[in-house]
Amino acid sequence: MKVIATLEHVVKKPMFGCQMCGQCVLHETGMTCPMNCPKTLRNGPCGGVREDGACEVKPDMRCVWLKAEHRARAWPLPSSWRAHFGHLRAPVDNSLHGTSAWANLFSGRNRELPAGWQTERARPGPEAT
Amino acid sequence: MSRLRSLIEAGDRLVLTGEARTMDAGDLDDFSEKTVEMAEWVDAINATDNPTARAHASNVAIAIAIAQMGAEPVLQVVCRDKNRLACQADVVGAALHGVENVCCLTGDDVTAGDEPQACRVFDLDGPQLVSVVDGLSRGRYLSGRSTGRPLDLLVGAVENPGAPPLEYRAERAALKIGAGARFLQLQICFLPERLEAFVSALDRAGLCQQAAILPTIVLLRGTRGLKFVHDRVPGVIVPPETIARIEAAQDESEAAYALALEQAREALALPGVRGLHLTDFRHDGALSRLCEDLRIPTREERYADAYRSPLAV
Repeated sequence: MKVIATLEHVVKKPMFGCQMCGQCVLHETGMTCPMNCPKTLRNGPCGGVREDGACEVKPDMRCVWLKAEHRARAWPLPSSWRAHFGHLRAPVDNSLHGTSAWANLFSGRNRELPAGWQTERARPGPEAT
Repeated sequence: MSRLRSLIEAGDRLVLTGEARTMDAGDLDDFSEKTVEMAEWVDAINATDNPTARAHASNVAIAIAIAQMGAEPVLQVVCRDKNRLACQADVVGAALHGVENVCCLTGDDVTAGDEPQACRVFDLDGPQLVSVVDGLSRGRYLSGRSTGRPLDLLVGAVENPGAPPLEYRAERAALKIGAGARFLQLQICFLPERLEAFVSALDRAGLCQQAAILPTIVLLRGTRGLKFVHDRVPGVIVPPETIARIEAAQDESEAAYALALEQAREALALPGVRGLHLTDFRHDGALSRLCEDLRIPTREERYADAYRSPLAV
């Protein structure tokens, strides 16, 4: 398992700035890792985005969600991925931090959600246009 | 059921909310004294949760104080300072004291406040918090454990119509409404065209029927306040021409009031807007004056004759 996690980190860190949250949602977020948002927001940009599109916390960095939103529209990604952009993503499972999202995907561990998480109410917003 | 909820569910009634002043040391009489004017006009008052990332008397304590003075509180819960356990505990604890309205925010970052060294939590984000509080309202903690009985809450959220990516903001509001938000208190917006585009996108999607849209109007004394908002409130800009206009006026305070009144009129005229969220930094009776100039009766008068809209007067 450790080997897979290391391999994943080697591939995804330089490409996406992967933080090894262990529950990868890159395909839903325009191939932009939301864990690079200083607030680790998984469901869109906060209200603090600066007028020039920079991050509230790090003025030298472009808002992660501005990049994500642009890429989800502009990049040639599968339409099913794009459709997931507006879905409500569950709270991060902190117990998975540092584990391999690839391994968790195959084992199904990344789909284990808290019993009280209301997936039935998590309906998508309007399609990104 | 909370008064705010029954008003919102009535569909066509005007809804006014307001922001309680922050409290530090003092007592409940001080608090009542500072809040009594607002309580006369608004349907419910937000008990804020460390606004602009500065520590004050807690949201739960203030919400209880609001209820004790006979007004209706909205418990603001921010994701910045507490993890999912603490956020849920605050909501359930406040509900025990009869607090039935909750407004869920992601929150400004710790760097916006006076303790930038603090740990930022953000264990949940704003939309997730809406969904979790909606779950509590239905009687379940996020873990799935029962709360004993449903808390039967009115859940709301905040969205910023003026921050990039502008065309995505209505979608993010839709996400929160889909997760259970029944009112949205919008971040203060000094760019009317952005507010209009945002509300109109929600209206076209039929979302203004699902959640009460409440633009914020902030009462400031003059350019110092406007500059503070521009410089210190993340995601809010005040155009230089607006500041110049107030600065050029003979009576700055009067010009700042006129700006707020103009913003309130424009906001209430937008199709899909149900009311306003009022923040008063003047504390000089301007809040009463604003409501009077908008020809909005006091809260008691509105309830007595099932008041609908200021535009119908």
